[in-house]
Amino acid sequence: MFDFSTITTAIDQFLRDIMPSQAALLVECVLVALCAVLAYVMFAIVMIFMERKVCAAFQCRLGPMRVGPWGLLQVFADVFKMLIKEIISINNSDKVLYNLAPYLVVMSSVLTFCCLPFGEGLLVLDFNIGIFFIMAASSFGVLGILLAGWSSNNKFSMIGAVRSGAQMISYELSIGICLLTIVVMSGTMQISELVEAQRDGWFIFKGHLPAVIAFIIYLIAGNAETNRAPFDLPEAESELTAGFHTEYSGMHFGFFYVAEFMNLFIVAGIASTLFLGGWMPLHISGFDSFNTIMDYIPGVIWFLGKTFFVIWVLMWIRWTFPRLRIDQVVSLEWKYLVPIGLLNLLIMTLCVVMGWIF
Amino acid sequence: MDFKKTYIGRVIYSLVSLTTGLKTTLIEFFTPKVTEQYPENRKTQHISERHRAMLYMSLDENGNNKCIACGLCANTCPNGTITIKTKMVTDEETGKSKKVLEEYTYDLGCCMFCQLCVNVCPKDAIAFNNKYENAVFDRSKLVIKLNK
Repeated sequence: MFDFSTITTAIDQFLRDIMPSQAALLVECVLVALCAVLAYVMFAIVMIFMERKVCAAFQCRLGPMRVGPWGLLQVFADVFKMLIKEIISINNSDKVLYNLAPYLVVMSSVLTFCCLPFGEGLLVLDFNIGIFFIMAASSFGVLGILLAGWSSNNKFSMIGAVRSGAQMISYELSIGICLLTIVVMSGTMQISELVEAQRDGWFIFKGHLPAVIAFIIYLIAGNAETNRAPFDLPEAESELTAGFHTEYSGMHFGFFYVAEFMNLFIVAGIASTLFLGGWMPLHISGFDSFNTIMDYIPGVIWFLGKTFFVIWVLMWIRWTFPRLRIDQVVSLEWKYLVPIGLLNLLIMTLCVVMGWIF
Repeated sequence: MDFKKTYIGRVIYSLVSLTTGLKTTLIEFFTPKVTEQYPENRKTQHISERHRAMLYMSLDENGNNKCIACGLCANTCPNGTITIKTKMVTDEETGKSKKVLEEYTYDLGCCMFCQLCVNVCPKDAIAFNNKYENAVFDRSKLVIKLNK
């Protein structure tokens, strides 16, 4: 496995040689931020294209085919359209909060995005409470959504935002419990150690039954966290026009749109890190030649492959099921997912104590 | 108590029904797509024979038609799409005069493709064909003379 930290240490060493360490740190921060935002935008573009194509395939269509070969340039056309549109300021809206809200949403998803382990040593933030930080950073996106609904002085936005608050805060709990199940199993919260612990087998295989249950609950709750169908109540088109971002236009709307897609990527990324082994190749103990072949595939490709597979599964769910009512959403969480998740946590603890995990 | 209505039963049966839905969409994902990419697929596209795109008058190789200029189609048309100009021709052998079609004008722009004219025609002189690419830049080009 190629370790990216050799490159990053070399760059760090080079910068420290030519400038004082404080300045080197500043330059490194700017470089990392630039790379992170670039990767963020790049993945957003890939995701939007993928969403359109996958959605089309599930509806027996071809999707965009006109702009560029197979419609590859469609997303760029959309982005340019979005960029040149006017950002309208709404009468009687709370101007400061109204303009702040999209940035809060994007900021929360960029922060979470930076925690994903793309490969060995290819991780922006790696510290001992990594998972905890991901939870904290991803959960203040709901603040942006609430502010967007509240400040735009529109009943639809308000209802969408309140629904979103009820839904996202509820489902945060399930996600927390699922992550906790894995933390109990691995005994660490540091992302690099979590991935390292899956060298001889992914957690979904190691943790057998409780890990599979946690994975399923995580996928359901993660879908709800990203406000996508069947949990798209906050922006239910048929009831609330567009929910919390009804009044937004131009790039402010674009931020919500991109953040929604990137939250999907982040949910899938965390799922692949915690359950499917992150950038670790598939290893089967006993098949040494198979393991060596798998080792030749770079970790970045493993991570992206797993992530895009989980994204595809989430899109499959999104284009299959109809929207839930708000009471169904809340009862699914509080009557089913939380009790099952807690029980599952108990089973996992029991398995770890008794040594029943591989 | 019915197992389906218990807590565990509801979880299991809802998972089963969700899986059924997922299976249906997965099959759809891999089926060939139905999208027709229109301008490129002109050679392969299939337009139904019964598609009503434009009225035509069936002519034989000499340009003769079956129309007897009875005017039923013009009278029955709700939009006044069809105008028939006739003339009287006297047969030289028998000396009887006969009404003959001089000009059969059809305004495609007014037509609503109800097919009443085709149904009412006693001689099956007119019919609809499926040549649908009828867009032109001038409305006067939509007024077509059907007979020769």
